[in-house]
Amino acid sequence: MNKLLVLGGGTAGTMVVNKLRKKLKKTEWLITLIDKDNRHIYQPGLLLMPFGVYKAEELVKERDHFFPAGIEYITGDVSVIRPDASEVILEDGRIFKYDQLVIATGTTPRPDQTPGLDDEAIWHKSAFDFYTLEGSVALRDALAKWPGGRMVVHITEMPIKCPVAPLEFAFLADAYFTEKKMRDKVEIIYVTPLEGAFTKPACSRALGAMLVDRKIALEPDFMIERVDVESKTLISMDEREIPFDLLVTVPLNMGADFIGKSGLGDDLNYVPVDKQNFLSKKYPNIFALGDASDIPASKAGSVAHFAIDLFAENFVEYVQGREMKHNFDGHANCFIESGNGKGLLIDFNYTTEPLPGMFPIPVIGPMPLLKESRLNHMGKLAFRWIYWNLLLKGRWIPIPALMSMKGKRAAVVVEGEKVNAGH
Amino acid sequence: MPVIEVAGKQVQVNEEGFLTVYEEWSEEIALALAKQIEIDMTDEHWKIIKFLREDYKTQKETATSRRVQTVGGVPVKEQFVLFPKKPAKKMAYIAGLPKPKGCV
Repeated sequence: MNKLLVLGGGTAGTMVVNKLRKKLKKTEWLITLIDKDNRHIYQPGLLLMPFGVYKAEELVKERDHFFPAGIEYITGDVSVIRPDASEVILEDGRIFKYDQLVIATGTTPRPDQTPGLDDEAIWHKSAFDFYTLEGSVALRDALAKWPGGRMVVHITEMPIKCPVAPLEFAFLADAYFTEKKMRDKVEIIYVTPLEGAFTKPACSRALGAMLVDRKIALEPDFMIERVDVESKTLISMDEREIPFDLLVTVPLNMGADFIGKSGLGDDLNYVPVDKQNFLSKKYPNIFALGDASDIPASKAGSVAHFAIDLFAENFVEYVQGREMKHNFDGHANCFIESGNGKGLLIDFNYTTEPLPGMFPIPVIGPMPLLKESRLNHMGKLAFRWIYWNLLLKGRWIPIPALMSMKGKRAAVVVEGEKVNAGH
Repeated sequence: MPVIEVAGKQVQVNEEGFLTVYEEWSEEIALALAKQIEIDMTDEHWKIIKFLREDYKTQKETATSRRVQTVGGVPVKEQFVLFPKKPAKKMAYIAGLPKPKGCV
């Protein structure tokens, strides 16, 4: 009996076991999934939670509700992977041997990596993350009674999970305070280590203009050194200071510590893999999927979804000794909430920037790309149902795994962004 | 891709002026590139540039600021002093390497 071991039962791990249980014969492959708990969080909902859109219980379900029949599910904390012995050791001493290993343990916000940030005088009191259920709920409660002042929306370092989320947060905060008739009492500052609002030039221009429209100040190229707890101030490596009354930060994102401990990670504990098929660069029987890998694509559920459609085909070819033919192109497709019931939709890959156009059907749409519309916001709300009922279980969704240029207008970005390194 | 002349040599660059061919780089070219962005090269600057060149050979990608700190041994804070405002980008530019990833 061959053994496939999957570490992590989040978005990626759950899709992997659903896809592969259908493709691998039960008489030939035993599939085991290990996770530390049985709590699956609908992460896109964490962005809207602080504005009172959801209740906490609407975003949490049991992980094993989404696993197919015929897999073994183990709860436990991984201590270390021993790749040379093809085994995984848990903290409680249990040992799991594998023939093939899939690492899908994602990425985690680490406030402990920035001096001062996780100090108990400010953490989840005046400084919040919204990438954990605890942080997002604490932020909701703080916002509800906040009298106004200076709100700083901050990114520590790239890469981060769902890279547009902090921008969306700033847009939604603007709409939220406007709705509460207190926008004039709130100053919003967007602080980023990037040189503009976003990474990709065409997108950065469009989103940067949206910050200006909303009177949100932009502080680019800000690499944080520490937080001064007493004065509630962010201090950068080049000694710029940004005081805050309320900080909404995206802490440093890192892969699981056991990946580093096992000698499988880069500087941030992400597993270096071939970006087209997710096979470890060091070991021929280890793959890393979803946010846990170092592929130069957005750390986002849509990327994991497209990637795993192709991975499932590749994996079957690979274990049969055939060449993996389903190369991934880095396809991402993201709804961006812009506030007031509207949203944008962007679609891009490793080599092509987000372009304007219509999606998913050329010209007709119905969803416009890189442009605000009410329908895109509805798409984002509808996605929660799609996520729980179709996506995790590996059912068909009408968006192809590889990006298509149909319906997009490429001419708009031909001029490109010419930024001199000296500026 | 455009071709420009730097320090008397023809080199290929991308639309942002970063060298695109690893082998076309030389120390003379690095000095000229540094001058263009108003960096006075000292031994401390060279230590980082040489680390980036060597590291690229094995990693096939440009080291991030974090890696220059953890593997190259130069703290990020020091990088900001040597290459003000945008150290990662400026170091890569002078070293004739692509901008480091992390921007997706």
